[in-house]
Amino acid sequence: MSLDKNDVRRVAFLARIRVNEDDLEPVAQDLNNIIGWVEQLAEVDTDGVEPMTGATGMTMKRREDIVTDGGKPDRVLGNAPDRVGDFYTVPKVVE
Amino acid sequence: MTKLNELTIAQAADGLEKGDFSARELVDACLAASEAARDLNAFITLTPDVARDRAEASDARRAKGSTLGALDGIPVAVKDLFCTDGVLTTAASHILDGFVPTYESTITRNLADAGAVMIGKTNLDEFAMGSSNMTSFYGPVKNPWTGSNDEDLVPGGSSGGSATAVAARICPASIGTDTGGSIRQPASLCGIVGMKPTYGRCSRWGTVAFASSLDQAGPFARTVEDAAIMLGAMAGHDPMDSTSTPHEVPDFRATLQGGVKGLRVGIPREYTMDGMPEEIQALWDRGAAWLKDQGAEIKPVSLPHTKYALPAYYIVAPAEASSNLARYDGVRYGLRVDGDTLDDMYANTRGEGFGSEVRRRVLIGTYVLSAGYYDAYYVKAQKVRSRILEDFTTAFEDVDVLLTPTAPNAAFPVGAKMDDPIAMYLNDVFTVPANLAGLPGISVPAGLDKDGLPLGLQIVGKPFDEETLFRAAQALEQAAGFDALPKYLGGQV
Repeated sequence: MSLDKNDVRRVAFLARIRVNEDDLEPVAQDLNNIIGWVEQLAEVDTDGVEPMTGATGMTMKRREDIVTDGGKPDRVLGNAPDRVGDFYTVPKVVE
Repeated sequence: MTKLNELTIAQAADGLEKGDFSARELVDACLAASEAARDLNAFITLTPDVARDRAEASDARRAKGSTLGALDGIPVAVKDLFCTDGVLTTAASHILDGFVPTYESTITRNLADAGAVMIGKTNLDEFAMGSSNMTSFYGPVKNPWTGSNDEDLVPGGSSGGSATAVAARICPASIGTDTGGSIRQPASLCGIVGMKPTYGRCSRWGTVAFASSLDQAGPFARTVEDAAIMLGAMAGHDPMDSTSTPHEVPDFRATLQGGVKGLRVGIPREYTMDGMPEEIQALWDRGAAWLKDQGAEIKPVSLPHTKYALPAYYIVAPAEASSNLARYDGVRYGLRVDGDTLDDMYANTRGEGFGSEVRRRVLIGTYVLSAGYYDAYYVKAQKVRSRILEDFTTAFEDVDVLLTPTAPNAAFPVGAKMDDPIAMYLNDVFTVPANLAGLPGISVPAGLDKDGLPLGLQIVGKPFDEETLFRAAQALEQAAGFDALPKYLGGQV
């Protein structure tokens, strides 16, 4: 499988990363080099093999469903590039 | 007399104990060395005020007759991937411009609780993605070792600044993170000890995430003993990290002197790579002979899926990264680049805020997780990862540890390998398998190549058997007797 300009445009949108129109082709080539290289995994017989999703083999523990922290709006919002009161701001989404 | 900044942890702790010098004098020597070595670009932020406060607090404790142990008053450098309350934390990325965490990572908290004195935040590859420290928004780090024509060399990566700080004798120890070799490879290229614990041994809470199923914090030091002291303070169960395991933390330092008599050491035959320099093969053979001379049993083993570890990693790690890095949206912290719509703002912020290697990996990760490709790439790589774990599990039925080279080459010039990502990725060919399998690994400086540059050997151990790992590493260290020094020492040429 190899990516073309349209694939890169789609993936860049999914990743929310600006890729200029002129760069679509070189980025496609760059990604294809890596995708072509990782495709050697097809040689490995993985029939009946379970995918490994974590490194500890541990079952995730449950904790009590209680509030353990909070009430610190100034610490939470301390790094906000733009805030109004206790809110983050973003460009207008609804016209 | 040896300068204070050139002491090991064990030596400095001894001097503090005897009252030969104070923690304040020790940290002042390290801060002076860090200033003198600015040209190496090992630090993004120096924290002299934090350092002096903590050193004075350590001296005050000692004056009252109570100390916190071997790390009390010891200066350490911290990879700028660990969140530090009130101190700029960048991950070496433009997108985290001005980010000052309002909380402390568990690892840096544990070190502070053990009395360690943070002197600064070290440079790294952006978001820990790289093997040369060239992808940092804050510029490359220079290795204190230089090339035969005096050219600047990379320290390796991604924890390049932390490795350089210790190799250049700015401070006795530092911490890094290792997702695919980011502690062990720079340790090898800088001639120091670097250790990645078993996955789950060290909490990931408060550490900027790259690939969550692979990331693990670990120490750099100039001796195996110092690395053992550091890990003892860093490790431990943390309820804030759901993958932190409940294992007891043994006294790693106490087990170092056990020797390797009867230890079964596996030599994986698949780690002999085409085109690997002869001197690395020779050093590897010498390492096996050193352990054999001390009573270890050397056994060939097979890890048949070794060649697939790197390509599997370059699906799994970017996939996890694309998910982890989705949080950088320009809304809540860091860089914001405005746009007409919310999507434009996201895309502008992330297009400008991420460097080229991070963009490349997020795009690859997004692609392999996208509809229609998920099974073919991501699930396939996870299954190959199972195969790689099986290889190790089978090998460890016959041996206690594995001995391999750490990296396929010594330090290379600043700027090399940058136009060929796969050539750069190959730097981690011997380190990545341990990350995929979650195993502990350590790099020990073992010799010099023909250009006088350091080369490391790696020991890989069974899960949660860091004690045996350290013991084998100590035997290797004693036999190697590595005492070569880089050109830059504490900033002095």
